Amino acid sequence: MRPPALDGSQTGLRERAAYPLRRGAWGVRGRLLVAGLVGVVAWGMFAWIHQLRGGLAVTGMRDRVSWGIYIVNFVFFVGMSYGGALVSGVLRLTGTEWRRPITRLAETMAVVALVVGASMIVVDLGRPDRFFNVLRYPHLRSPIVWDVLSISIYLVGTLIYLYLPLVPDVADLRDSPEVGRRRRRLYGWMSLSWAGLPAQRASLDRAMRIMAVVIVPLAISVHTVVAWIFGMTLREGWNSTIFGPYFVIGAVFSGIAGIILVVAAFRRAFRLQDLITERHFRLLGSLLLVLGLLYSYFSLADYLTIGYKLRVGDDALLTALLSGRYAVAFWGFAIAGTIVPILLLCFRRTRTIPGIVVASLLVTIGMWLKRFVIVIPSLALPVMPYEWGVYRPTWVEWSITAGAVAAFVLLFVLFARFFPVISVWEIEEGRDRERQALGTEQERGTVAGRRVLESSDAMGSEK
Amino acid sequence: MIEQLERDAASDGAAAEANTGVSRRSFIGKVFIAAGAVTLGGKTVAFADDFMGTESPEDAPQWAMVIDLARCDGCKACTSACQAIHFTGEQEWIQVFEETDEGGGRYFLPRPCMQCENAPCLNVCPVGATYRNENGTILVDHDRCIGCRFCMAACPYGARSFNWDEPENPPGASLAHYSPEYPVPHRKGTVEKCMFCAHNSRDGKLPACATACPMKAIWFGDLVRDIATNGLETVKLSWLLSERSAFRLKEELGTHPRVWYLPGHGQDAQTVTSE
Repeated sequence: MRPPALDGSQTGLRERAAYPLRRGAWGVRGRLLVAGLVGVVAWGMFAWIHQLRGGLAVTGMRDRVSWGIYIVNFVFFVGMSYGGALVSGVLRLTGTEWRRPITRLAETMAVVALVVGASMIVVDLGRPDRFFNVLRYPHLRSPIVWDVLSISIYLVGTLIYLYLPLVPDVADLRDSPEVGRRRRRLYGWMSLSWAGLPAQRASLDRAMRIMAVVIVPLAISVHTVVAWIFGMTLREGWNSTIFGPYFVIGAVFSGIAGIILVVAAFRRAFRLQDLITERHFRLLGSLLLVLGLLYSYFSLADYLTIGYKLRVGDDALLTALLSGRYAVAFWGFAIAGTIVPILLLCFRRTRTIPGIVVASLLVTIGMWLKRFVIVIPSLALPVMPYEWGVYRPTWVEWSITAGAVAAFVLLFVLFARFFPVISVWEIEEGRDRERQALGTEQERGTVAGRRVLESSDAMGSEK
Repeated sequence: MIEQLERDAASDGAAAEANTGVSRRSFIGKVFIAAGAVTLGGKTVAFADDFMGTESPEDAPQWAMVIDLARCDGCKACTSACQAIHFTGEQEWIQVFEETDEGGGRYFLPRPCMQCENAPCLNVCPVGATYRNENGTILVDHDRCIGCRFCMAACPYGARSFNWDEPENPPGASLAHYSPEYPVPHRKGTVEKCMFCAHNSRDGKLPACATACPMKAIWFGDLVRDIATNGLETVKLSWLLSERSAFRLKEELGTHPRVWYLPGHGQDAQTVTSE
């Protein structure tokens, strides 16, 4: 049974959402994209096999700088994931209407980025064959154990959180005549015999509300624990009390930028311009702006308090960051990754879709650099009377990093090949609500009714 | 006095023996089992001895090291001896740094593992591969280490090394019976460090670096019995520490190292030894 009362436009929405799932719908360009991504991922796998054979000696890491860009990638991708979960969770909890066309993409990013990020930890291990020692002999005092536990719980949480709102949509696909037999079985199995009954609807609503509440503190706690891998050490630059909240804010900052990029990509590829309008970008851009300012504030609080006192070590670290060997990365983050995007988001003239997308791209790259600036210099800084440690990532590390980025995109593409990237039933629900509100207002003939009409028109049209 | 040290070490060896060569599932548990073996299995005399305060795990020597900077001339014989006995190849478990003093003069600073009482490396190890034995020495179980290198990031003294590729284990090394107290042959992808030559003190011998030091600048001793020796003379450990204004590295971090330094310059070495 289908949910009741469909008019023409809603059927259109369903068809459009189902279109990318059809055989051959992606065309030559889609196949080329997938082939290219698979190629890069395969190259990354090859590099990893090379590393498994030769040991971590094939990387640029050595005793002085014992962590490298794998850890940078880990923090980067996990941060993206938390951003996705937090944004979707908060928008759902606050009942924000414009969330409807973008929550699915945010929730997918939460899962995809987490899978890629967590795999970076395994890649970084000297003995990946012994990874399960963490479960066999967990030493509960270690922040890595906290991390493994919280990331595992969080992974289950994000999967449920992605899955729940997917149920009515896959049920719809299951009933669609155009779906092949094997897919029908997959969708049928996933839809948990969803029929849109009021009781089912009520329990789904409840489950989603619970998950939206659960996912937010879960995401916060998990990224706090990631920060504590650094914050629990005595190293200069890491030995900070604000690292937990600092990382959480950074995660949401880069996560929103990630969402904007993903939303822009799918909007273009799947021609969703009428569903995802400039208004969505402006609203997401405002969120990005707020988080950018917050992150700048945290950065200021962190660097100013150590820069004012200039303790031994902090002194050398700051000099290296501001004018020394890490100045390019540091200022790259500070100017290109924070100040320029904030300015782009501030001014009306640049607060356009291209402007916001460029700002998000800059933030994404800038936040990768920021994680580099957090991880590497603190390790390279000599803790005993020896020279600065030198770290130059090798082709193996760059290849695995490229593979990770490609895997991130590929997982998204695969998801989009099997499931609708927009939550059809939620958009319908939103439209129903709007129509009801509109109906009652029109009956009364109030000015407010006209205003709602106008705004819904504005939402429907491009630019 | 050295005999005393040796006897202590040997008695401790009884408890340590039970652990050698076994993968350390639950080290703490085994210590208690070993303690039980001493108190229960070891006749009523052992039980009485326990009350007399002679041989018991609580009484185990707590090893400490005192490095006399006034004597160290930076020859690195300690480093070589350590590398030779442990087949560490390039790794320097005791590393000698050259430092500049306030007046622009130079002195040498050998750095073994500090065997911290509040050890950051031990705290952060996710699998408990890094642990403390009954002598207060920090050991690494290379059969359990997953190579995450968190301990290296956490160590404020840079005392840890990593086997980035397959370690070159010479023919002699492959014959060795591995135990965390004598981690030979070495394992790829695991973290290694100085462990006060735990294998030597079990046999009543000084650490290789202390024996090798031509200046007799490295003292090794027991905090419980308050004695220390450099292989030549034996002194009261506490006397040595206060008489020579001993200090520890990065005291402000609260790691409570078990390695003390006696201030001074290598060039004073002759005056000190002639005393």
